[in-house]
Amino acid sequence: MRLIRPALVLFTGLSVVTGIAYPLATTGLAQLLFPHQANGSLVERDGKPIGSALIGQAFTSERYFWSRPSATGPEPYNAGASGGSNLGPLNPALAEAVQGRIATLHKAHPDQDGPVPVDLVTTSASGLDPHISPAAANYQASRIAKARGLSAAQVQALIAEHTQGRFLGLLGEPVVNVLALNLALDKLKP
Amino acid sequence: MTAQGILQIALFLIAVVLVTKPLGQYMTAVFDGRANFLRLLEAPLYRLAGVKSGEEQDWKHYAGAILFFNLLGVAAVYALQRLQAELPLNPQGMGAVTPDSAFNTAISFATNTNWQGYGGETTMSYLSQMLGLSVQNFLSAATGIVVAIALVRGFARKGSDTLGNAWVDLTRCTLYVLLPIGFVYALFLVSQGVIQNLSAYANLDTLEGGRQTLAMGPVASQEAIKMLGTNGGGFFNANSAHPFENPNALTNFVEMLSIFAIPAGLCWVFGEMVGDRRQGWALLSAMAVIFAGFVLLAFASEQAGNPVLSRLGADQAVSAWQSGGNMEGKEVRFGIANSALFATITTAASCGAVNAMHDSFTPLGGLAPLLLIQLGEVVFGGVGSGLYGMLVFAILAVFIAGLMIGRTPEYLGKKIEVYEMKMVSIAILTTPFLVLAGTAIAVVLEPGLAGRANPGAHGYSEILYAFSSAANNNGSAFAGLSANTPYYNSLLGIAMWLGRFLPMLAVLAIAGSLAAKKRVPAGVGTLTTHGPLFVGLLVGTVLLLGALTFIPALALGPVVEQLMLFAQ
Repeated sequence: MRLIRPALVLFTGLSVVTGIAYPLATTGLAQLLFPHQANGSLVERDGKPIGSALIGQAFTSERYFWSRPSATGPEPYNAGASGGSNLGPLNPALAEAVQGRIATLHKAHPDQDGPVPVDLVTTSASGLDPHISPAAANYQASRIAKARGLSAAQVQALIAEHTQGRFLGLLGEPVVNVLALNLALDKLKP
Repeated sequence: MTAQGILQIALFLIAVVLVTKPLGQYMTAVFDGRANFLRLLEAPLYRLAGVKSGEEQDWKHYAGAILFFNLLGVAAVYALQRLQAELPLNPQGMGAVTPDSAFNTAISFATNTNWQGYGGETTMSYLSQMLGLSVQNFLSAATGIVVAIALVRGFARKGSDTLGNAWVDLTRCTLYVLLPIGFVYALFLVSQGVIQNLSAYANLDTLEGGRQTLAMGPVASQEAIKMLGTNGGGFFNANSAHPFENPNALTNFVEMLSIFAIPAGLCWVFGEMVGDRRQGWALLSAMAVIFAGFVLLAFASEQAGNPVLSRLGADQAVSAWQSGGNMEGKEVRFGIANSALFATITTAASCGAVNAMHDSFTPLGGLAPLLLIQLGEVVFGGVGSGLYGMLVFAILAVFIAGLMIGRTPEYLGKKIEVYEMKMVSIAILTTPFLVLAGTAIAVVLEPGLAGRANPGAHGYSEILYAFSSAANNNGSAFAGLSANTPYYNSLLGIAMWLGRFLPMLAVLAIAGSLAAKKRVPAGVGTLTTHGPLFVGLLVGTVLLLGALTFIPALALGPVVEQLMLFAQ
C-alpha cells in the first residue's frame, strides 16, 4: 500500500502534465507563433499547396532538376512512410542499383563524361531528402538548359542563387533545395 | 576527413563543455531542494500521493519504488497501443498494435531504450505518441537520473541508511529539469520547421503532378524530450533524418548538444555533491577522450567512402560543391561530418536517435557506434545511467589499482569491499552476457536468421547490433533487420528489461552500502582520483573490458567486412 498509492497518483499526475498538458500547450503556442512551420512549411502555387519546403519530391521530367533516389515504398518520396535502403556497403543489391542509376544519368546527360556526384546515385536516410549537393545540381545544368531553351549561364546563375551555404559559414553542408529550384525554373521560363 | 568537419566537431565539444556547469548547478539545486518555483504544482501532487517530502527511503525501498513506477509505465504504454483504435486523437485511424510489438515498444520506452520495431507514422496514433511514448521519454529519463543521484548521495553521505525519497526525486526531476527545458526547446524546434499539429496527414499534388502524402503530428514536443532524455525514439520511422524532425544544420547541432547536455551536467553534479568538483571533471575528461577517438574513426571511415561505388563511376571526392564520401543512407544537409558525429554521439550516449542509417555505414564507420554501445553506454551514456555506469567503472578502476599496489581500494573516502565488488560485477557483466548469449541464440535459429536484410558478415552484424543496442538500452539499429516479429520482439524486449534493471538494482545496492560507510581520510597511499593518471586508468579499464569481451564477436562482423572492402 505504501508503494501503490504514491506510484498510481504520481504516475497519473505526471502523465497528465507531460503527456497531455505539455504537448497541447506546445501545439497551442506553436500554432500561434509559428503556424507556417508547425503545419509543415507548405509551399503553394496559384493558391494550392504543391508540397513542403522541407520534404523532397520525385522528379522524372527532363525539364526539371532531379532529386536523389529514394528508398521509400511503395513509391519514392512517400512522406507517409519514411526510411532508408539499409543496404550495407558490400551488398550486391546496392552495386546493382547504383550501376543502374549511373547508366540512366549518363544517358540523360551525354555531355557529362566524368564520375557522377555521389548523392545523385545514393538514397538518403529519410527517403525524403529535399536537397541535392551543388555538384549534383551543376551536373544536371546542361540538360535543363537544353530542355528549357535557356543558356548554360542562366541555369548556373539560378543554381548559384538557390545554393544555401553552411549555417553561419560553419555548420552543415551547402545544399540546393530541388523543389525551390524547379519552381524558380518554371517562373523563369515556363 | 576535412578541416571543415574537424572544426564542426570541435565546436560541438566546446558547446558541451560550456553547458556542463550551468546545467550542473541547476540540477544540483533541484536535487538539493533549493529550486522551488513549481511548488504550486508539486505540493498537491505529494498530498494526493501521501508522500512527505522530508521522509527518506533506504536503498531497497528506493529501488522498489523505481521498479514499480516503471512497471506501471510498461502497462500504460502497452494498453494505449492495444486500445488506440478506440481512443481519440487518431485521425489516420491506426489500428491496434500487435501484442508482441506493443510488448516490445512498452518495454523499449520504459527502459529508455527506444528501440523501434515499428514505423512511427504508419503505426502509432497521436494519443499513443503523446500519452504513451512522450510520457515515458520523461519518466524513463527521470528514472535514470534519480538513480545516478542516489548513487552520488551514497558517496556524499556517511553513516546514513537512506538515499533520498524516490517519489520526490522523480517528480522534481520531471517537473524542474526535463519539462521546462523541453518546452522551450520544442518551441525552438518548431520555429526551425519541426511540425507540431494534430491534423490528419496532408495529401497534395506535387509540382510534377504526382500525389504525395505528408505525415503530420505533434512532433516537436516529442522530439525535444526524445533528445534531452537520451531516449531516441523517433516520431517518424526515419527518426532525426526526417526533415520534419531535424530540418537543418542548426537543429542538428542543437539536437546533438541536447543528447550530451544532461549526461555532462550530471558529472558536474557529482563533483559538487561529493565536495570536490575536480572529481566530476575527471569523469567528463575520461568520457571525452574515448568519445573523440571514436568520432575520428567514424568520420575518417565514412569520408573515405565505398570503393565499390567509385569503381562504378560515382564521385566520392570531397570538394567545395559536395561533401563526398559514403552518402548511402545519409542526408545532403548533414553530409559526412555531421552524420558521423551524430552517429557517435547517439551511441556514446544511450540515445539511439539517428540522422543517418547506420546499416549503410562502411564497416569501420559502423563499428564505431556498435562498439561504443558495447562499452556499456558509459561514454556520456544515458541520462543518469551514463554517470552511474561510469562510476561503477571508476570503482572497478580503483579496485584494479588497489590490487596492483596491494592496498584496500577506496574511492572518495569510501572503502571498496567484497560486497561492492560483487555488485560491480553484476552491473558490468549483465549486458555483455545478454548481448553475446542473445546473438549466439539468434544466429543458430531460423526465425533469428530470417530477419537479416544484408547477406554475409553484414547480416550477422545486424543481429549483433540489435542485441547490443537492446541490452545496453541504446535503441539505434542496423535497421535493415526485420525485427518486428514475435521472435525478436519478445527476445529483445526481455534483453532491454534485464539490461536496464539488473544493473540499476546493483547500483542502488552499492549506493546503500556506501552511504552507510564512514569516510576515511585520504592517506599517503590513497590513489588520487582527479588527475590524468586516474583518467588514463579509467579509460583503460573501460576500453580493455569492452575489447576483451567483444573483439571476437566484432571480428566475425565489421572486421571481416572491412577486410573484404579493402579487397575491392
